[in-house]
Amino acid sequence: MSARWASAPRNPVGDLLDRKLLLVTGKGGVGKTTVAASLALLASQRGLRTLACEVDAKGDLAAVFETGPTSFAEREVQPRLWAMTMDTEASLKEYLALQLHLPVAARIGPLARMFDFVATAAPGVREILTIGKLAYEVRQGRYDLVVVDGAATGHVVGQLAAPQAINELVQVGLIREQTRWMLDILSDPGQTGMVIVATPDEMPVNETMELAARLRSETTVDLAAVVVNRVLPELFGRGEEEVFERLAAADQLPALNKAAGDDVGPIVDAARLAVTLRRTRAGHLERLRAGVDAGVPLLYVPYLFLRSHGLRATHQVSEALAAELGY
Amino acid sequence: MERTERPRQASIEQLLAAKEIVVACGSGGVGKTTTAAALAAMAAARHGGKVLVLTVDPARRLADALGVQALGNDARRVPAAAFADAGAPARGELWAAMLDTKQSWDDLVREHAPDRRTARRILDNKLYENIAGRFVQSHEYIAMERLYDLHNEGTYDLIVVDTPPTRNALDFLEAPERMAEFFSSKFLRVLTAPARSRVISIASRPFFTVADRVLGSQFLEDIAEFFSLFQTMAPGFVERARAVSRLLRDHRTTYVVVSTLEAAPLHEAEVFVDAITAKGFHLGAVVLNRVLPPYLLDERAGHAAGVLADDPSSAAAALANADGSGDEAQVARVLTEVAESFLRFQVVAQREAEQRSELSVATDVVVAVPYFETDICDLTGLLRLGEQIWT
Repeated sequence: MSARWASAPRNPVGDLLDRKLLLVTGKGGVGKTTVAASLALLASQRGLRTLACEVDAKGDLAAVFETGPTSFAEREVQPRLWAMTMDTEASLKEYLALQLHLPVAARIGPLARMFDFVATAAPGVREILTIGKLAYEVRQGRYDLVVVDGAATGHVVGQLAAPQAINELVQVGLIREQTRWMLDILSDPGQTGMVIVATPDEMPVNETMELAARLRSETTVDLAAVVVNRVLPELFGRGEEEVFERLAAADQLPALNKAAGDDVGPIVDAARLAVTLRRTRAGHLERLRAGVDAGVPLLYVPYLFLRSHGLRATHQVSEALAAELGY
Repeated sequence: MERTERPRQASIEQLLAAKEIVVACGSGGVGKTTTAAALAAMAAARHGGKVLVLTVDPARRLADALGVQALGNDARRVPAAAFADAGAPARGELWAAMLDTKQSWDDLVREHAPDRRTARRILDNKLYENIAGRFVQSHEYIAMERLYDLHNEGTYDLIVVDTPPTRNALDFLEAPERMAEFFSSKFLRVLTAPARSRVISIASRPFFTVADRVLGSQFLEDIAEFFSLFQTMAPGFVERARAVSRLLRDHRTTYVVVSTLEAAPLHEAEVFVDAITAKGFHLGAVVLNRVLPPYLLDERAGHAAGVLADDPSSAAAALANADGSGDEAQVARVLTEVAESFLRFQVVAQREAEQRSELSVATDVVVAVPYFETDICDLTGLLRLGEQIWT
């Protein structure tokens, strides 16, 4: 590919996959699930036993791995890579079975439904069942890395704040004691890191900067990296755009048409589109770099010109991330 | 894109002329808010009358452009001068309002609580503080509730409402029914039963035993108290929720699904389209944002790009002869880059065309909005977007 990727100065970030829990978030439509899946795939290919967990049961994770529906019980979808979908009712059942030593086969269905009803109003109950399951897997150590396709940027702070909220609202009880070790895991940058996915567009960049600030002020979770997805290539090298404009000038077009054997109008328009798209997005990239802490690496994933989404795209994003991480 | 031969009369223009409520739905990040604003602006400019756009979470610059930067539920009129400045004097009026979830909930509680004292107790409850933004999909419910309220005022000819980003595409369509169900739930009766009678209820005993240990009895008491307070609002609430539900199904209400052609949003849009149709709501149109321009599908250009990419040197030599000024190697490089770039974009454009034709099975009105080079942040931009999808 003749395209060049412009790289921003950045720190080496080989330690991203050394963490135990990576929470991936981003505004809707930026490719959050693909990036989470790609990080998980990359980790598994590097020999780590990896669990990928989808928090919103939309089936997007199954789609990017091109596998059948995922469920609460994890399933190996690639070598060393397991996938699961969060289900708070199942999480509650597992919790009750583990904590209260209820036999797994016990009829806790009605009980779980009752809890579910309470959770419609009681703050943090659903969130704690999600965060709790993830933290539990980290603590159990059955996996080297847990990658979470998490809630969208607008919801994630509320989710992370759940252990703290429960801690404040619930004065006694089993769950209060348990929020403590969850908070320990979430607050340890050696174990837990947030990854925000953005595209170089206005709203995703704004939300990324806002979330970075909120993470700092409202949570104890460390921002591990920002992945900038769909970065368009710089079409022309130095001096080449002038050459292009000369070739594409109205009086030169007939010659160009002749050389190509057909009407090149759309080709010229497409080149201008590529240049314009790249240029308007460069401003958002600059804002993003200035808007997050200099110590937080920005990882660039190129725009993929693919005929389909799915596993092929997941592999390509994974390769791009590997290159950015210096593997 | 191939079109069937039958005459297609349906258009956004006709849709907006015939309906009173347009609900813009779709996943987050697809330009839903902007599209809703553009539809409202066009309707005000072309059709006249009073048009309101109710937005949920606009980008700051868009909010500024609409003059709704101030929090609060009050609608404000976008000055007529703004339309004139944008080169499109409006026949009607454009009003904009932003949804304030907390404020709307408070209003609803004040309206439905049996007396002021109970209202106060609900509003002061510490659980209420926590749940005003989340309870029974409260965000989704309150958006639809506000819509009902505004429609009932009878002030506007057309209301275009932007929907909050939901975890599940169907949440807000079902929110009113869920709200009604909540109040008739047997769990609610169990939880709010006096503590004495709990002991004798065999069905609920395991729950209280476990909940006591896990959550602690105090927290459980807090929840029960809150639910009891909330229950006092049941009659008004249930009736209202049913009315909201009816309005969503009314033939004067139509749904516009907004999406891009990225995998996840498109998948969600398809789920939406299916659900709207299956549940008997009126699917008015599908608006696809950030679609690549149609010239990328040009077959002859594709052929020419192939020629240039395969043998850039010959073309460069021919051009250098004609021009005499250029560096031949550099010209060849530029031709390669331009040709390959076209071919790469063409792959994506072909995929998009295929996806669009699949969607057109569901509705007559599938409109595509091309990539704009710049973000839309003023009325001029909104009207420019609106023009693209109007007819």
